[in-house]
Amino acid sequence: MERDPNMPPPALHGKAIIQALKQTGVEFVLSVPDICTSEGLLRPIAQDPELRLVRVCKEDEGVSVCAALSFCDKRAVLLMQQTGLMDSANALRAIAVDYGNPVCMMIGLLGKEENALPAQSSRYGVRIIEPVLDVMGIRHMVMSSDQDIPACMQAIDEAYQRSQPLAILFGSNPQ
Amino acid sequence: MTASAPRDEFLRTLAGRYDGQIVVSVYTTCFEWMAIRPDALNYVAVGAMGQAGSHALGLALGRPDQEVWVFDGDGSLLMNLGSLVTLAGAKPKNLTHFVFQNGSYEANGRAPLPVSHAIDFAAMARAAGIADAQQFSRPEALDLWLSSRARKAGPTLVDLRVLASATSYPQRYDYIHSAQARDTFRNALKVIPQPGASHG
Repeated sequence: MERDPNMPPPALHGKAIIQALKQTGVEFVLSVPDICTSEGLLRPIAQDPELRLVRVCKEDEGVSVCAALSFCDKRAVLLMQQTGLMDSANALRAIAVDYGNPVCMMIGLLGKEENALPAQSSRYGVRIIEPVLDVMGIRHMVMSSDQDIPACMQAIDEAYQRSQPLAILFGSNPQ
Repeated sequence: MTASAPRDEFLRTLAGRYDGQIVVSVYTTCFEWMAIRPDALNYVAVGAMGQAGSHALGLALGRPDQEVWVFDGDGSLLMNLGSLVTLAGAKPKNLTHFVFQNGSYEANGRAPLPVSHAIDFAAMARAAGIADAQQFSRPEALDLWLSSRARKAGPTLVDLRVLASATSYPQRYDYIHSAQARDTFRNALKVIPQPGASHG
């Protein structure tokens, strides 16, 4: 459902996400920078002493690091752009889906219009992301405002309990 | 530096110095290692070429009390050379990345790499920021280095120039991709107590 264009976009705060991640037991963040989340989320994560930020050169490295950390009972999220998701398709297919590992991704959608849902974007590169995740059998949800954070954190918890991958798509850029 | 010994001789040398490390290995090297040194701490579920070092990094970060060895292939590492830079940035002292360089994609029909000359992975590692990078073409030289090496002195990359093994080993693809392999590793790692972890 499209949002009312006359209403201001709901706020999503990076600090609220970070607090919730820590409460959900996340200790590690793997990241390739994404312009949608760099300022509002990645920068404060880098300054947070309670989170270990591991900067990876390519997103599929992060898929494997997250999977391996789960064998050590450590929780992690992979913060990246949707281009990195597409580039990591084979690693996700094998390591996250075939192997049933709890690889939890938080994905910025470069080019998505502020008030559009991902599937309604005029940008091909945004519009295809949810269908791609559906085909791959990866659970996904959209985080657009602070109100969405609890459900997303519950989904991370479930991903680790059930040993399944998860994709959280940013419906708006964290502030 | 020219290869003079088969890969399984290097693996037997490593087995002789094995002391409870987690071993992440890929494809042909993995099959040979599983036969030479079967152990519940063999992590075989790398899933795709180019991913071994990243799995090892996750294990090294998640269990800093454990030593992690990676037995990678040249073709595999070339698929994610940037992972050397990631490794240099993360600086896990407990990770040693061995690259078994045979110049071919052995698991994919022994087709050659794009170049026929040896690749200087040790120089690549140093350029990436991994200060400790070694190169050996003889198992005896590897053994000497292993014998004097301190634990947790990494991250380290070891470029091994190897020939294909003369012996055929079982290619256990079904096992390396199985839930059984992952559960075996997970359960083995879980029972190793972590310093500082609470028990109760």
